[in-house]
Amino acid sequence: MKENPAADSIIALRDLRFAWPRGRDVLDVPLLQVARGERLFLQGPSGSGKSTLLGLLGGVLIAQHGSIEVLGQSLQKLSGSARDRFRADHIGFVFQMFNLLPYLSLIENITLPCRFSPTRAKRAQAHGGSLQDEATRLLRELGLDAAALNQRSASEISVGQQQRVAVARALIGAPEILIADEPTSALDSDTRESFLKLLFEECTRVGTTLVFVSHDLSLAPLFSRTLKLDAINRAGTFATAAAP
Amino acid sequence: MTLLPLACKSLLNRRFAALLTVLTIAVSVTLLLGVEKIRSQARDSFASTISGTDLIVGARSGAVNLLLYSIFHIGDATNNVSWQSYQEISKSPQVAWSVPISLGDSHKGFRVVGTTPEFFTRYHYGAHHELAFDSGKPFDDVYDAVIGAEVAAKLGYTLDQQIVVAHGTGSVSFVEHKDKPFRISGILARTGTPVDASVLISLQAIEAIHIDWQSGARVPGQTISADDAKKTDLTPKTVTAFLLGLKSKVATFGLQRQINDYRAEPLLAILPGIALQELWGLVGTAESALLIVSSLVVIAGLLGMLTALVTTLNERRREMAILRSVGARPRVIFGLLVLEAALLTVLGIVLGIAFLYLVLAFAQGPIETHYGILISLNAPTSRELLLIALVTAGGIFAGIVPATLAYRNSLADGLSLRL
Repeated sequence: MKENPAADSIIALRDLRFAWPRGRDVLDVPLLQVARGERLFLQGPSGSGKSTLLGLLGGVLIAQHGSIEVLGQSLQKLSGSARDRFRADHIGFVFQMFNLLPYLSLIENITLPCRFSPTRAKRAQAHGGSLQDEATRLLRELGLDAAALNQRSASEISVGQQQRVAVARALIGAPEILIADEPTSALDSDTRESFLKLLFEECTRVGTTLVFVSHDLSLAPLFSRTLKLDAINRAGTFATAAAP
Repeated sequence: MTLLPLACKSLLNRRFAALLTVLTIAVSVTLLLGVEKIRSQARDSFASTISGTDLIVGARSGAVNLLLYSIFHIGDATNNVSWQSYQEISKSPQVAWSVPISLGDSHKGFRVVGTTPEFFTRYHYGAHHELAFDSGKPFDDVYDAVIGAEVAAKLGYTLDQQIVVAHGTGSVSFVEHKDKPFRISGILARTGTPVDASVLISLQAIEAIHIDWQSGARVPGQTISADDAKKTDLTPKTVTAFLLGLKSKVATFGLQRQINDYRAEPLLAILPGIALQELWGLVGTAESALLIVSSLVVIAGLLGMLTALVTTLNERRREMAILRSVGARPRVIFGLLVLEAALLTVLGIVLGIAFLYLVLAFAQGPIETHYGILISLNAPTSRELLLIALVTAGGIFAGIVPATLAYRNSLADGLSLRL
């Protein structure tokens, strides 16, 4: 495990160990690399340390040992607010469900990252003219009619539509990385496939590297690479310990 | 600022709870500012009851007592001042003018004040306002009476109407001076002072209605008609108190000492301003208690807001995690909650002030007629602005508590969305 990370690796974790205060290690990852443009499927049952790993990648959590580099930038070396800015500039997130703020319109939800990242705001404007136009364009490409939907609040549209709006938000301003945490688990199998298709198309168009985390291995064939978290994580987890 | 629209929309999303919080704060602010406004204006109105008079002289008692019975017509004189002493002191070289006051009778609960026509020019109130006549003129004949605005309004009296004065000062009188009725010669304009509730007649009239009386009771069998009474010598033997104006203010303390050391009879001279202050000092305790109570109500209102914000924090963890995921720093979460608290407080204050002026606009009339206090709908005074600033600061300060909790939550939760 001493090999050098590939020159084009966009995420590189080395000897990463993380433990919650007064707890044992939940993560002990000797090496994890994600190449630029890759569509990585990271599989792990719940409790396998997925959320912790995402927190570390997002710079919300800091590992006690090892290094974590995103876009060549060591996250440990950044201050808390610099990590927040880094996350805002370079990483989009899509969660399992309830991704949207109910008090904002769909367009406002999509342009939300641009409030916190001038870089992404500028890129979105350069691409779409105005933030609203870019948000509308993203929605259209994800198969949603902004004009018809925007009259309704985030809680009034279907879960599948909500997830697509969340993808639009994660991709506005073309961040380098999109981290999706079980984004399809609330969808039925038909919408799941079409959602993934749209997600891939959009990631390719924007040039975003996708890290997709799920427990559902049936989706794995659609991705360019599959990693099992259990395989790369040396720390025993609750799930594996409890497994028969 | 990107936070303000977020805070507004977030509050709007919880508009019912937010409205209740705003109402709680509004009501407490209305109470606080209302108490402050009425307190300060009552004090002003109180302090402006008499002005331009340098000394008030009466029988020896206490300063507050003398002020209360001579000016406010509350309570009774302990003793009278002899006409001779009054004459002598009035003729002192320092004295510019003097106005005697003779009390002891009433008309339907309103005090009858025996005095001289100088009263109408010498009695000043507020910032040297003189008494003005709504209609008619000062008393001329012995059986003429001038009534205050409140008397006229309450009893519906008009000029030239006949009234009968009762003996004693109770509101229900059994002994009336029916044989010597008075004609209303003038009605005074409203002043907001006890003069409004007075019936003013001449000193001679006081003498005339008591001419066939002795020791507070009618002498049986001895009746002197109103016209006959007029022909007798009506020089009073005593007065209750008198007001003095001096040629030079510098002489005030000297003359006061002179009167207090007066050999012929025990007298007391007081400076109205000092006595008013002393009297307000007594009332002031209740006034501060009111202000403290209303401040506590405001604190209760802000605590209500605090509770409302804190209880929603758990269900808003998701919202915070979403904001964090799109790049909001924990301090943005902190700022968002402080801003929400500030918005609620400011809205509450604005609504509270609106309530206050609305209530005052309706209550202005009744307060003036019942208590003689004119509450003007002026812009907030500097003290009121200070109170408003304090409430705002208190609201923002209260917002720090939920903000700190949310800050800690968002540090601990990170991006994990908890249900």
